[in-house]
Amino acid sequence: MKPVYINSVASISAQSTFDNSVFLEDIAEHTDNVIRAMNPNYKEFIPPAAARRMAKGIKMGVATSKIALKEANLENVDAIITGTGLGCIADSEKFVSKIINDNEEYLTPTSFIQSTHNTVAGQIALGIGCKGYNFTYVHSSISFESALLDAKLQLENDEAQNILVGGVDELADHHIKIHKLVNHIKKDVVNSRDLLESGTKGAVFGEGASFFVLSNEKSETTYAQVLDVTAYNSLPAEELQNGLKSFLHENSLEIEDIDIVVLGNNGDIDYDTYYNLLSQGSLKNTAQVYYKHLCGEFNTASSFGIWMATKMIRTQRIPEAVRLNGIQPSKIGTVLLYNQYRGENHSLVLLRGC
Amino acid sequence: MEALKEELKSKIIEQLNLEDVSVDEIADDDPLFGDGLGLDSIDALELIVMLDKDYGIKLADPKEGKKIFESVGTMADYIAQHKTK
Repeated sequence: MKPVYINSVASISAQSTFDNSVFLEDIAEHTDNVIRAMNPNYKEFIPPAAARRMAKGIKMGVATSKIALKEANLENVDAIITGTGLGCIADSEKFVSKIINDNEEYLTPTSFIQSTHNTVAGQIALGIGCKGYNFTYVHSSISFESALLDAKLQLENDEAQNILVGGVDELADHHIKIHKLVNHIKKDVVNSRDLLESGTKGAVFGEGASFFVLSNEKSETTYAQVLDVTAYNSLPAEELQNGLKSFLHENSLEIEDIDIVVLGNNGDIDYDTYYNLLSQGSLKNTAQVYYKHLCGEFNTASSFGIWMATKMIRTQRIPEAVRLNGIQPSKIGTVLLYNQYRGENHSLVLLRGC
Repeated sequence: MEALKEELKSKIIEQLNLEDVSVDEIADDDPLFGDGLGLDSIDALELIVMLDKDYGIKLADPKEGKKIFESVGTMADYIAQHKTK
């Protein structure tokens, strides 16, 4: 089996992350219960005639894919694989609202055409003329990990040499309203610095896109190697520590071999307990970082976590704003990521610097 | 008629999401498709629905569309003669 490398990265988030020459040097603080992604100048990436029909999720996905391709010195790839929890929810809402408001009359095609879950992967393929494998995984908070696993398997088996992999989700008005009603979004606004001390139910919702070029050939732009990816739809809390140990053993690793663990804490008092089991248990002596105070919670927020992990490996630096404890590793070589949402759809990812 | 033309320009910009175009930049006789505003077939469908929804005009013959949607001026003439609401 061939090794799998991350040869380029790109992210659009609620932080200024679209410029790859900097890495979380200026942190944007947010005091809200919903935080939006910062918009780059999309005209630099998308022709205006095409952009006018694109909702924010598509623009974020297309722009990050272009940044990632450019950094990998590629104009095309063998496959495009995306993960999204909600797809193009804004256009879906728009189309369904029109059906209701106009009494099932006067339906126009634009929002319908752009409302599918595969629109982002499709638009990227159209833009670069990629006629290869094009697939979108829609698996709640393991959508991105599913895409990553698919790419990893194809590259290991040499079925493809370069694959564009990304996670994207956008915020939309009705989506926010519904999640506020069921208290999955925090009732009160929270300052991002205080997210984990909020002591309340629900999360601060966000949006964003992170794309990566994965390859089975190492290049001068390589950030890290993807050692392993696994996901569980359900994993009882009492089995979490053993699940982690088994995952590490399968990769011939012990807890002590992990330089940093990247945790998906979102400040929900009901579900951060999963993370606490690890951070206060088997990983208590490991350097710990978190990121959802920077980007918010969304189904593919873990792709931001991978972006952050690769950047830490490249720069050998842990930004102060993401530290969960004061442990400073001697090097940033092997990085473990753990994520779950509301106690379901858990994922473990292992990266190693190279 | 002038008011109708201004109204149409605003609606075209809003419904077709022409972010970089203002009402002042669209002349009454600018071609809507091709070299002018550069609209395409999906936009044509949006305009047909707009005529129906906002002015009560149903286009039965697709061939008519080519003449009606030539410019804002031709659209305004047709709407003024055929509108039912």
